Amino acid sequence: MAMTEQRVSYTLDSTLDTVDSAEEKATRIATDLGFGDDEVMQISMAVREGAVNAVLHGNEYASDKKVTLAFERTDKELVITIRDQGKGMDLSKIPNPLAPENLLKTSGRGIFLMRSFMDVVEIRPSKTGTELKLIKHVHGPTAGDKEASQ
Amino acid sequence: MTMKVGTRQVDGVAIVDCSGRITLGEGSVILRDTVRDLLSKGNKKILLNLADVNYIDSSGIGELVSAFTTTKNQGGELKLLKLTKKVNDLLQITKLYTVFDVKDDEAAAVKSFK
Repeated sequence: MAMTEQRVSYTLDSTLDTVDSAEEKATRIATDLGFGDDEVMQISMAVREGAVNAVLHGNEYASDKKVTLAFERTDKELVITIRDQGKGMDLSKIPNPLAPENLLKTSGRGIFLMRSFMDVVEIRPSKTGTELKLIKHVHGPTAGDKEASQ
Repeated sequence: MTMKVGTRQVDGVAIVDCSGRITLGEGSVILRDTVRDLLSKGNKKILLNLADVNYIDSSGIGELVSAFTTTKNQGGELKLLKLTKKVNDLLQITKLYTVFDVKDDEAAAVKSFK
């Protein structure tokens, strides 16, 4: 673990324990930063889904590949970065889970949930891995508020 | 908290009382095994009581969908009972609330099976 005043980062194995650990870290950090209960749940779930993608779809559980997880607090937002060392995902192949033909699929909702819960979700795939950036504004609108304002 | 399940029979309906987390790994596997075991023993009417499920991730959602379709494909019915707010919200934003038959009252839920 490397840590500065505003930034903490972890290098984690490609295991299911990492998924639980990433979620726990997100819950603790978001709580410590003063986010409300609903926002803490949203942040922790988004991180869990990001970690699942990194471990399963990115690194495919490979023991020689690592997941890096970083939390950075700025004045206005919490920025979470998750990187894997996989082959990089093809964003064009991610289906819309709300399409009628996809509603009964048993997978493919992780990125949708991240986008529902976070203010910004950026996915940068490359041949050496995928970088996922999740941003939650401090005192920002919740997913419910966003839907209500549309 | 890991996932725990208990199964009971009420008027021909198999009620599965779930508690804890339905997430990737153990939680999803327990739910899958429980539903498959019920179906293999001829239970075609399954009611998943989620009153004490406090967390579910996308894998858990996928497992609920899988349980629903597996039961339906075998000529049965699977319904959900007593969703917590978190689970209810997740089913709303994923539009799965339109797929599942969700009940709040156990007696009424049992009677609703054909």
